[in-house]
This record gives sequence, C-alpha cells and structure tokens, in this order.
Amino acid sequence: MHPLITIKGIREGLLVTLGEGEWPEIQEALISQLEGQADFLRGAKLILDVQNRALNAASLGKLRDLLSDREVSIWAVLSFSPLTEQTAQTLGFATKIHQKQNEPEVSPRDLNLEDDEGILAKQTLRSGGSLVYPGHITLIGDVNPGAEIIAGGHVVVYGKIKGMVHAGSEGDETAVVCALEMSPTQLRIADKISVSPEDMGEKTPEIAFIRDGQVVAEPWKFR
Amino acid sequence: MSGKVITITSGKGGVGKTTAAANIGAALAMQGYKVTCIDADIGLRNLDVILGLENRIVYDLVDIIEGRCRLRQAMIRDKRLPELYLIPAAQTRDKSAVSPSDMARLGDELKAEMDYVIVDSPAGIERGFRNAIAPADQVVIITNPEVSAVRDADRIIGLVEAEEKGPATLIINRINAQMVQRGEMLGAEDILELLAVDLIGMVPEDSNVIVSSNRGMPVAFDDKSKAGEAFRNIAKRLAGEEVPFMDLDATPGLMDRLSRFMRSGGN
Repeated sequence: MHPLITIKGIREGLLVTLGEGEWPEIQEALISQLEGQADFLRGAKLILDVQNRALNAASLGKLRDLLSDREVSIWAVLSFSPLTEQTAQTLGFATKIHQKQNEPEVSPRDLNLEDDEGILAKQTLRSGGSLVYPGHITLIGDVNPGAEIIAGGHVVVYGKIKGMVHAGSEGDETAVVCALEMSPTQLRIADKISVSPEDMGEKTPEIAFIRDGQVVAEPWKFR
Repeated sequence: MSGKVITITSGKGGVGKTTAAANIGAALAMQGYKVTCIDADIGLRNLDVILGLENRIVYDLVDIIEGRCRLRQAMIRDKRLPELYLIPAAQTRDKSAVSPSDMARLGDELKAEMDYVIVDSPAGIERGFRNAIAPADQVVIITNPEVSAVRDADRIIGLVEAEEKGPATLIINRINAQMVQRGEMLGAEDILELLAVDLIGMVPEDSNVIVSSNRGMPVAFDDKSKAGEAFRNIAKRLAGEEVPFMDLDATPGLMDRLSRFMRSGGN
C-alpha cells in the first residue's frame, strides 16, 4: 500500500510529503498522524510538500487552523501548482526552502575570528542542556554531566566541566578548553576525542589543547 | 483563601515520588492544613494505594477534566485526617487524556479551597511530567543517593527552570548513613554540590516505609519511624517553619548496638 503521508526531518524543519488521494482524505490522514505523535510534534514547524495539487486559500487556511489547534505550524508550502504557490504566498508561507543537496566542505579555519565572534553565558548547564556556537564560548557556571558545549573556537569555563565539551568543532586543532575544574565525561578538540583520567586528588584549573595529535591538559597558569 | 500547589517530581522512576507525596500530604494535614493530593500518573496510579484509599475510588482526575463529575465528587476524603483529600488518577486512560492547561485550571480551582495541593508526578519528562508541573507554585525534586537518580534530577531541575517554575527544592530519599560513612554512597554534600539547589529534606532508608505503604498507612503517621519523622519535618519546612535537619549519622549504629546489647543481656 502507498503511504499517504511521509514525514522526514530535514535541516529546515519537518518535511511532510502528501501523496496521491482526495484532499479531505489526505487532510484527515495528516491530522490523525500528527495526533499520534502529538508530544513529539508539539511546536514543530512543517514544510508541506503538496506535490502538484491545486489548493485554494480556503482549504489551505483550514489546514493551517487545524494544525495550529494541535500546536503545529506550517512555515512553507511546496508545490508545482502555480495556484497553490500563489495561495501559499498570500497566506504568508514560504514557497521555497533552501535545500542543501551538497553540504559545502567546511575547511578548518584558524582562530582569527573577529573580536565579536564569541559569546558569554552565565548559567549552569544542567543535564540535557546544550550550548552551541560557531565562535568562542565563555561560560560562567558549571557544565554538569549530560550537558554539552560545542564551539567552533575556544571554550573557557569559569566553573567545573563534568559534561561534554567540544572546542574547534569545525576542525580547528588550535582550539583550547579551559576550566577551573576539568573532569569532563568527554573532551573533544577538532576531531580528537579524550576522556578524563581516573585518578584525581585536588582539582586545579586546567587548560586542554592538542599536542602531537593528542588532547592533553596542563595546569592553567597566568603567563 | 489561596493555597499553594506543590508538585513532587524526579525524572527517574522508583525514587519515592508517590511515597513522598502521600507522606507530605498526610503530614501537612496532621498539622491542621487542608490538603488535596492529586495523582497525576494517569494509567499507573499508585497514590491511592499508598494512602489506603483504593477501594473508595468512584470518579477520577480524567472524569473531572472531561466533565463527567464535579470536582468535589472525585475528592476522596481520608477517614483518618478529615482535611486530607485525594484526587486519584484514571487507570484505564493515559497521559494524553489531560493537558497542561487542564491541570493549571484544576490547580487554580483547588487552591481557592485548600491550603496545599500536592501533585504526584509520573516519572519521565514527557506529557505526564508537563501536566504535573503546569499548576505548580513550587516544585520539589526527589532523588536517591545514586548517580543515575542525581543525573535525572539535574535534568529535571533544568526543565523546571526552563518552565519558569523554579527554583526547585530537593529531597534526598533513602539515605543509608552507614553506607555514606563507608564512602559507598553519595553523601548529601556531593549531591548538593552538583545540583546547586536548596535542600528541604533528607529521608533515611527505613524498612517501615515499605511496610506502611503495603498497609496503606503512610509512614508519617508512625511516631517511631525515622523516615516518618523526616517527612513530618519536610512538611513543616514547606509550611515555612525552620526545622533543623536530623542527624542521620550516629543514631542507627548506636541504636543497633544498644538493642543488640539488650537482647544479649536478656538471654
């Protein structure tokens, strides 16, 4: 049997492709599918691919309202039909999404980031928390187990690192990670991964970086 | 009168949410407050069993939400404490039968009549959890002194903060003082260092808890039980009273030795 609806996660959101069939039937199938995954989809932004179906403002508007009752919103409608495209634009939906077929190769870049290419956050990242930024990240607070920081540049934590930290996430091997207490579950710099050694007596501030292809940590001293 | 909704949650299952909800509710009622406990664990109800009210359920939480009964009809009055009520969960439905806004409305309605509304949250971080914290004025996180429970508590504290229901307070349940002393169990300091929240109670491991749960008689009624005392103290702290934390360290060992000494003397 041909599935009426396929849902796929893409970079821009959830791509919902509606298959062949009468519109009321398709609409009902979509709603029931969303109901079944209501928790997962709450707040989701859908990209609706209606193929070459011609839809007027009334039917599209009705679908939008039905979805918003379920806390799901449409942000784009894709179609080959000029009528549908026009309708979608009238209702304020996007009609094209930027589909990256080929990811451009990210070249490792040096850390000659501009001064403002960093962020400062003051909070404790708890389990499940995540801080992702293409530049440098400075955190005042702890990184608890189960939390993660992923930075394109350096990471400085004025606190304890017990979770996962990835510096130079786009391949920069000159990135460093500093913390007042360094006991991450895992520490990554560029494509190198390391775990904390078992031991540990007194904890001192440390700085971690890549030396000879390995992540090493040294006492973090003012020089 | 406007009361306060206190939600008890943990993330991890089996750490003692329901036991704590039953005992805190009972202890607050013993102090003379009007208390309603709500079992928000729809589909896996337990609070009624622990409170010993299972055989009196006619209507439940979902009946109220769906308008099949009035609020008062679903409130089971405890015979031992006339100001303690229970709203049981539905057993034949699941979490999706109720929405966070339903719970918030129910909480507001109950607050008008009660001093305290205690919500027993289901485990997990999904719909059931969000239902349970939606009406909360205060969230109490319960954890055990073990790494996995503490990890989940940390996650939950983050979620509670994100929902702007913070700051949460913490109960550490089932502390075994001897194991802590031997360094085999996480101590309160270790847990608080990671979680960085205010502690509102420490409950020792106590086999009376299981016995009383099975009997439907919350351990808070038991004057001799250490755990019961701990829960009564938590209730007092929730009501704004300053109560020093019990010394969990020396007592069990000393009591054991004394009772062993008495027994051997008798023989």
